[in-house]
Amino acid sequence: MVILLKPVSLVWLVLMLATCVTTWWLSKDAFSPVAAAVSIFLIAGFKVRLVLLHFMELRHAPLPWRLVFEAWVLISTAAVLGIYLQSPAA
Amino acid sequence: MTELISANHVESRRLPGVEGVWVFIAADMAMFGVLFVSFMLERLENPALFEQSRRALDVNFGGINTLILLTSSWFVCLAVDAAKRDQLPQVPHHLAAAFVCGLAFCASKAFEYTKKLSAGISMLTNDFYMFYYTLTGMHFMHVVAGCVVLGVLWNKSRAGAFTSDNRVGIECGASYWHMVDVLWIVLFPLLYLLR
Repeated sequence: MVILLKPVSLVWLVLMLATCVTTWWLSKDAFSPVAAAVSIFLIAGFKVRLVLLHFMELRHAPLPWRLVFEAWVLISTAAVLGIYLQSPAA
Repeated sequence: MTELISANHVESRRLPGVEGVWVFIAADMAMFGVLFVSFMLERLENPALFEQSRRALDVNFGGINTLILLTSSWFVCLAVDAAKRDQLPQVPHHLAAAFVCGLAFCASKAFEYTKKLSAGISMLTNDFYMFYYTLTGMHFMHVVAGCVVLGVLWNKSRAGAFTSDNRVGIECGASYWHMVDVLWIVLFPLLYLLR
């Protein structure tokens, strides 16, 4: 399949694998809630960056535009995990 | 030579589609960002209730829906790539596949909502479900709008509307559809996985 040889297909494959890892492995109770939450959200941030840079082609965009969206990933991930770590379960 | 290449590289930097769509995307993502933070702050108030309610959600639905949206986005990338290469007959094929994935997401979400509602769980059940229905509902509207966009693009692409010289329309729709994907990538772990 020629389609699967395209660089964007490799990105898609990594995204699919990362989703399977978080959904059906890291979500298990065997992991401590904090370890699971931190790893799941770091992976989510990584996945969002892959979509932004490769699917949405921001890696070829003017730098200010790229930085706006990179900042969104950083702030969202930091805010979610920062607030999560304040909870009693953490 | 290197300087020449890097100069060309800088010059060739461009946003896909038109800038207005990116302003909309940035604003929409900022709004969802605020909602993510509100959810987390509300969760801080009552973690036990949020955890108990979260456990009633089926992670399989969330996970499969993520796989569906990622695959849909991949097909859209392939469609844009085909337009760039002037492989015109492939554009509608990929867009149709992306559209079917979008419909599959809608069907799966509708099934999940029906299951929850028939179990007596609604927006009024508790704060967690208020967020669950609001956030997933707003996202669902984005998916429905995206499906309409994909349908229109598919129809235009059958007439060979998108080529390497004329691809702004397909790029605008593609960028919007990828944003819908990005939002779900964060929403899913936030609602379904965070213990």
